[in-house]
Amino acid sequence: MSDSGTDGFVVFDRVQKSYDGETLVVKDLNLSIAKGEFLTMLGPSGSGKTTCLMMLAGFETATHGEILLDRKPINNIPPHKRGIGMVFQNYALFPHMTVGENLSFPLEVRGMGKSVREQKIKRALDMVQMGAFANRRPAQLSGGQQQRIALARALVFEPEVVLMDEPLGALDKQLREHMQFEITHLAHSLGITTVYVTHDQTEALTMSDNVAVFDDGRIQQLAPPDVLYEEPQNSFVAQFIGENNTLDGVVKEIKGDTALVELDTGEVIDARPVNVTRAGERTRVSIRPERVESNKDRLHEDAHTVKAEVMEFIYMGDVFRTRLKVAGNENFIMKSRNAPDQVRHKPGSVIEIGWMPKDCRALDMPA
Amino acid sequence: MTFKIKLAGASAAVSLLAMGAAQAQDPVSLTIVSWGGAYTASQVRAYHEPYMELNPHVTIINDDGSANALAGLRAQSQAGNVTWDLVDMLPSDAQLACDEGIIMQIDHDAMLAAAPDGTPASEDFLPGSLGECFIPQIVYSTVLTYRPDAFPEDNQPSSIADLFDVENFPGRRALQDRPGTNMEWALYADGVDPDDIYDLLRTPEGVDRAFAKLDEIRDHIIFWTEGAQAPQLLADGEVAFATGYNGRMFDAIEVEGQPFEIIWDGQVVEWDGWVVPADGNNLDAVMDYLYWATDTQRLADQAKFISYGPARASSAALVGEHADLGIDMGPHMPTAPENYFAPIVLDNDFWVDYGDEMRERFANWMLQ
Amino acid sequence: MAQADAGALDQNASVEPTGRLRTADGRPLKSALRRAQRRRKITAFLLVTPLLVFILGFFVFPIAQMMWRSVDNPQVVRALPNTLEALQTWDGQDVPGEAVFAALHADFVADAERPRRDQAMGPLAVRLNYELSAARGAISRTSRQAVNFEAPYREAFLDSHRLWGQPELWRIIKREGRPLTSAYYVAALDREFDADGSIVRRDENRRIYVQLFIRTILMSVAITFLTFVLGFPIAYYLSILPMRYSSLLMICVLLPFWTSLLVRTSAWIVLLQQQGVINSSLVGLGLMDDANRVQMIYNMTGTIVAMTHILLPFMVLPLYSVMRTIPPSYMRAAKSMGATPSTAFRRVYFPQTLPGIGAGGVLVFIISIGYYITPALVGGQSGRMISNEIARHMQQSLNWGLAAALGTMLLVGVLVLYWLYNRLVGADSLKLG
Repeated sequence: MSDSGTDGFVVFDRVQKSYDGETLVVKDLNLSIAKGEFLTMLGPSGSGKTTCLMMLAGFETATHGEILLDRKPINNIPPHKRGIGMVFQNYALFPHMTVGENLSFPLEVRGMGKSVREQKIKRALDMVQMGAFANRRPAQLSGGQQQRIALARALVFEPEVVLMDEPLGALDKQLREHMQFEITHLAHSLGITTVYVTHDQTEALTMSDNVAVFDDGRIQQLAPPDVLYEEPQNSFVAQFIGENNTLDGVVKEIKGDTALVELDTGEVIDARPVNVTRAGERTRVSIRPERVESNKDRLHEDAHTVKAEVMEFIYMGDVFRTRLKVAGNENFIMKSRNAPDQVRHKPGSVIEIGWMPKDCRALDMPA
Repeated sequence: MTFKIKLAGASAAVSLLAMGAAQAQDPVSLTIVSWGGAYTASQVRAYHEPYMELNPHVTIINDDGSANALAGLRAQSQAGNVTWDLVDMLPSDAQLACDEGIIMQIDHDAMLAAAPDGTPASEDFLPGSLGECFIPQIVYSTVLTYRPDAFPEDNQPSSIADLFDVENFPGRRALQDRPGTNMEWALYADGVDPDDIYDLLRTPEGVDRAFAKLDEIRDHIIFWTEGAQAPQLLADGEVAFATGYNGRMFDAIEVEGQPFEIIWDGQVVEWDGWVVPADGNNLDAVMDYLYWATDTQRLADQAKFISYGPARASSAALVGEHADLGIDMGPHMPTAPENYFAPIVLDNDFWVDYGDEMRERFANWMLQ
Repeated sequence: MAQADAGALDQNASVEPTGRLRTADGRPLKSALRRAQRRRKITAFLLVTPLLVFILGFFVFPIAQMMWRSVDNPQVVRALPNTLEALQTWDGQDVPGEAVFAALHADFVADAERPRRDQAMGPLAVRLNYELSAARGAISRTSRQAVNFEAPYREAFLDSHRLWGQPELWRIIKREGRPLTSAYYVAALDREFDADGSIVRRDENRRIYVQLFIRTILMSVAITFLTFVLGFPIAYYLSILPMRYSSLLMICVLLPFWTSLLVRTSAWIVLLQQQGVINSSLVGLGLMDDANRVQMIYNMTGTIVAMTHILLPFMVLPLYSVMRTIPPSYMRAAKSMGATPSTAFRRVYFPQTLPGIGAGGVLVFIISIGYYITPALVGGQSGRMISNEIARHMQQSLNWGLAAALGTMLLVGVLVLYWLYNRLVGADSLKLG
């Protein structure tokens, strides 16, 4: 598992990166990735995640700090000597070579003999179920097939680390979901350390052992997917991962693991203090839509209830989505499972909703 | 073109109205084809403008098509649509056009003015210059020019033989990239009398002898293609000698002030003049113009504007000063007695008959 | 893996027992489709018609006419029908007998009776002179007198011009007395017909064209290679520069396009001549002796330098347009797989620029093989190309048949090269922009 120590397999130690000498794209990055770990760098574009990946691959140099691979600093090692496999966003399959030649390339530059090469190519292609395609050219393959070949090519020379730069971005939804599964499966079964860059949170949640959420050149939170989703450490992460209802207010009092928050509309609610420390602080309270309940039978006795006006009811098949006005916020969403006893609320009606205080997290107020 | 003609017609019609219908003549526009540049300018000033003043119903349109005159005449004749009224061309091309029947035959004494003293045209024009279909206007010559500063003062070149004497007159030579003139000079420098040159060139031995002479200077030659190149090469000091048309060399020396000297020895003399396309639309008007524009005074007038000699003997005495430069043009004429001491008169029959073969051998010689 | 396999048939089409598809109202589907597409086809045709007419009128037709002119040979047949008939029994050895000369006389008389513009002896004189020097004089001089000749005609003709007594002239008349001729091609290959009518090489001192063709091809190869060597790095640099710098540099590359030929030519002369900037600088720096100034213009060097300069954009532009489309991730991918930068360039980047190299190379080669103005101005004697000879025959000697034969050979040569290129590389891989 990852931590901020320096004994991981891949380590970023106080790494900074600037392109123009005036602004830092990556600010003081510390990250340690264990051998065999699948780590995803998640963040909006411009958050520094791709720059980190490129520094690891050797295509960019760190302005400050060190990057270690298997405890050896690699800052001054050129990319072709790092032995890191890489899958690119547009696959970067060489169009003038066949699939077989593409896979043979990394083996040839390592001076492997023909029979060894053929054996390895066959194994790699079989691994991605593309054994029959060795003689095709990349242009003759579908997007998903090209993706598999790119994967096979990055793995064929058996690197210990594989980097993937938004590899599924160009695929349609169904194919993407399928490939997510295949990639994780492969990575785990081969025991390869994987660093995966994406801006798609679903991808990050479903695939990773750990997710590093990037924003503004920093890691905002590094955690396994479930922790990340359920216990976001700040309002950026809460907002960026999954859907999120927010209510703004001021901390009245913090008692143990309960904070009293007075909302801007005057109502007072209980919340779990996450990164608020003292009374009087502005806070943004975050509640996941699926943790909001209107059915009294299902509400826990400790639940906190408020009045809400139904603004809109949206039928989405497996779930109902009800837009409510809660404490002045007209975009408060409640997601309820389409169960036989689930009420379909009429717009205009006033209902009572509630949530568990532990699901209600008092976070920082973004600037 | 049609637009121009229409405009000209319209202006003629206007002046016609002003003159009153009584003495009106039908307006006519003549398309006269010439070489363009300074040469056409000299014709405009010596012939066209005065003639239009005398004959207000005539409009003259200049066409700079002489460089491809033969091709143009052929094309117009084949298309049955002759738009040229009068064409300025070289006698060798005129001979071909005449043989092909696409230009008119000329009865010289009937169609051309006699000299002021009554000498008929056929005797007044310089010997050998009149053709079956060709009326010469000017004599021009290809001359050898050199830079005096390329040689010591006490050893200046003075003859064609010196062009071929690389030992006494070192330096490169700019020659035109065609056999004409070069082969004549090779034989002349080899001691052949100017009158015998073409007889000798008609024999294989004569041709071999000319090329053997040319071989002596081959490594010292720069070939030029366009007429403007020769004076330029000389001016840049790239060559010590250059061949060129005497008119261009006159311009370089007198107008641009270049320090060149002309060697008149062995000047290769050629004519240039008019031909009348057969089946033209304005034959009467053309013949009237031709009669006037080729008389003794008019030919002498053209020499005021360009340093080419008039083709009539009777014009020589009338040649005056250059209209703009004020230089007495007499001594600059190729035909001036002090220049005309050893001329080689270009034999058009020879070049028409043997030109293809000579050009092939010359091209082959250049390739070696 | 989910394959999007859209193979669903149009639900409105019903299938006949025979298997042919019909539309909802029962018409065969194929004819309905044709009808629907006809309108679009007509529109498409109308859109390309102006260009088609233009190409036919100003490209295909003139080229066809040029090729026709290289074999067209009407002059002898038209001028000497009687003579040709009489010559059928001639043995080809000695001067023909009276019967032939009588026929010749009849031809001259017939020609004199035609309207002047239709007379055939002038063109005949020009035509025969291509084959035999002085034949023009023989025909045109005789044609003025022949009408007055009286029998026996043989002596009269022999007296009028010496050529009538040479069997060679008669052999030429007989050989060229056909509406089509190979004579222009024979001449264009530096060959001629001997007394037996078989094709032999010309005298050594009259051979030009074969040597010029070879030289033209060699020079074009050299120019193509030079533009490649100079253009590849420029194009590469252009393709990786940000747009605003690359367009500035592109202007420098395109500059030769925008300067007039005369300005360019004078610039080269100023630079390259013996008294020019380069020579004078070298002498001034003491790197060269004043007496040993190098001749860099008015020879092959001049032509190659000047044409490389002019044609460089034709190499750079296709290369640039190809290189622009090669994403940097290919090189990165190669390096990430362990290839050194030079291996990555050689095995991954360079092969992908081949379509650009092919297009640029074909373009530069084909243009330079037909160039003639620049070689004429700066080529002197050793820097001339075959096009200069073609231009000379078009404009000066007016031997259009020979010019057409040389032009056709050049055209066929280029087409053969293009075909070879297509076979070896594939023309569909050409990328021009």
